Amino acid sequence: MSARRRAADVLEDCRAQGRAALIGYLPVGFPTLEGSIAAAETLIDHGADMIELGLPYSDPVMDGPVIQASATAALAGGTRNRDVITAVERLAGRGAAILVMSYWNPILAYGTDAFARDLAAAGGAGLITPDLVPDEAADWIAASDEHGVDRIFLVAPSSPRDRLEHVAAASTGFVYAASTMGVTGTRTSVSSAAEGLVARTREAGAPYVCVGLGVSTGAQAAEVAGYADGVIVGSAFVRALAGAEDPAAARGALAAVAQELRGGIDSDRSPRP
Amino acid sequence: MSDPGSTIPAGASPERPSSPGGQPSSARLRDASGPYFGEFGGQFLPEALIPALQEVSEIYAKAAVDPEFTEEIERLAREYSGRPSLLSEVPRFSRLAGGARILLKREDLNHTGSHKINNVLGQALLTVRMGKKRVIAETGAGQHGVATATAAALLGLDCTIYMGEEDTRRQALNVARMRLLGAEVVPVTHGSRTLKDAINEAFRDWVTNVETSNYIFGTAAGPHPFPTLVRDFQAVIGEEARAQTLERIGRLPDAVVACVGGGSNAIGMFHAFLDDPDVRILGCEAAGDGMDTERHAATISKGTPGVLHGARSYLLQDADGQTIESHSISAGLDYPGVGPEHSWLASIGRAEYRGISDTEAMDAFALLSMTEGITPAIESSHALAGALALGRELGEGAVIVVCLSGRGDKDVHTASDWFGLLGEDGAETGEGAARGDLAALRALARTTLEDRATATTEETA
Repeated sequence: MSARRRAADVLEDCRAQGRAALIGYLPVGFPTLEGSIAAAETLIDHGADMIELGLPYSDPVMDGPVIQASATAALAGGTRNRDVITAVERLAGRGAAILVMSYWNPILAYGTDAFARDLAAAGGAGLITPDLVPDEAADWIAASDEHGVDRIFLVAPSSPRDRLEHVAAASTGFVYAASTMGVTGTRTSVSSAAEGLVARTREAGAPYVCVGLGVSTGAQAAEVAGYADGVIVGSAFVRALAGAEDPAAARGALAAVAQELRGGIDSDRSPRP
Repeated sequence: MSDPGSTIPAGASPERPSSPGGQPSSARLRDASGPYFGEFGGQFLPEALIPALQEVSEIYAKAAVDPEFTEEIERLAREYSGRPSLLSEVPRFSRLAGGARILLKREDLNHTGSHKINNVLGQALLTVRMGKKRVIAETGAGQHGVATATAAALLGLDCTIYMGEEDTRRQALNVARMRLLGAEVVPVTHGSRTLKDAINEAFRDWVTNVETSNYIFGTAAGPHPFPTLVRDFQAVIGEEARAQTLERIGRLPDAVVACVGGGSNAIGMFHAFLDDPDVRILGCEAAGDGMDTERHAATISKGTPGVLHGARSYLLQDADGQTIESHSISAGLDYPGVGPEHSWLASIGRAEYRGISDTEAMDAFALLSMTEGITPAIESSHALAGALALGRELGEGAVIVVCLSGRGDKDVHTASDWFGLLGEDGAETGEGAARGDLAALRALARTTLEDRATATTEETA
């Protein structure tokens, strides 16, 4: 389908505009399925270039307390794996690339090939896999190639050169650089390790590198946008959503956070390589 | 990786072929050493931890062939843990097992009261070799936490233990023990607040502090190399038991039995017997309220393959791959996953796994106490119950070696509730809220005395 935006399409457009992309994470089914779709629409309307839809999982080892709590609530509310495909369908075609982030076992349960097929058919761009390394991903690499969806693996400050090369070679779309050794959550400063990691990941062959973990303010977004192709923000959005008393308040809070982050990114517009 | 010419050794009756990429090239089952056991195992963890897992693998590979390391392990086993552990025949208890001879491998007599010390000393010594100063660990019943806190005290390491809040309540005494040993105990309040959530939290700590900290994994599960590493440190159980049985009765046992939560005492017991095709191998999983209920922890018997805590193995999960909470009276078996080597042994038919209910386990807990003066851990009581049933199947003269993985001191409170032993006035209530009928078990235990009296009289006559 021609309307389907892949991650690289968006990153290329942003690069042409001389800026980094804003990528917003939201868990599907939090506070409800409709609420999570509406929240994603708000982010897209207020400057997010890509949406990362989290599939709630019972054992999220890479997530801090804010996202853990939202996943627990989403599961308690009856969220099913199929709901993420529904959300992708509803959000595709609005100009943003729609990614899914999921721990590996729900995808295994869905069926690796079936998930790639349904994600592509729904207009989704690809899948971020925080606990799947390329070494264990033979089936997923085949399925994502077959159905034309991005497979986004992670690198971390601890990754040596050979791992960076391995991950860069296996990824399509972009490589997700975890800014710090740790789990998701807002932090007062973005680790200084992130800039070096982005540079090393580029040297290892990744055409696009986006940075996540710990970004929550416009100033932090501006800093990361100075060296990365994309700024990934999760807990700050989830916190705004969790703190809102009703859908209108959620829209307002999310729009404010998105605008601040996008403002930070736009303050760093400059010609890009 | 795979050797297309490899064959499954005699004694294993494969139900399905193993996938490529995992089969050990040698014909011996006990040479399997990960990262894959058949189609089970692997490293399903964030990239951030891959270098740390590689470091553990490399340090261990060097240590395993370093005489200085192996001698230190042996010295600590001998002078600190109290190895070799005894092999005790239990004739009165055996009378409840259809006349089979039951021998107990007494891991309960190890320092700290369970098999956990075997693994912990090994991994703590590896931590020192890595130059790291802090260890973290998860614990369910508290046995692994106590053992880790002990090893940390012995070797001068900082220690943080993650324990589900629900388990800190069930095993309050072990929380106090760990704190006395100088460890920080962190109650985990996410998810089901039990062992699985403690493991999640320990991984979160590790990914944050991997530069300074080593994760001492407590069971033969998790990402490679933990299943192999823990198995190797626990294999001493089966090696000793095999030699002791040969010496005691002049032949191998007909069966070996152990309880299986994550599966570390079981794989330690089974490993030396994997290539003895005439020795039956029985793992006893926790069936909680019963195998026909939804409240159990019988991962292999009732679960399906999937990925949890870094490895592909059997697990309790719903149709969406969400982990289902397990249930068992035994905190140490209350885990919805299991080590990959057990999943492999089940899949090729070399080992058999059965469920033992809370009631069967608590009956065995009381019966061993009353017939032999040995109070087992509730975890180990699942293996004892399995041995009683297996003994009746195998009949007179069959020899069964059971891994008595831990002692029951920590479980006296749970048993008191179960059997109604402590009324408000100190009297035994025996009824009301009690779920177990201690009077009936006492009567049953007494029959073993009468049998022996009769047997002795007949022999004399």
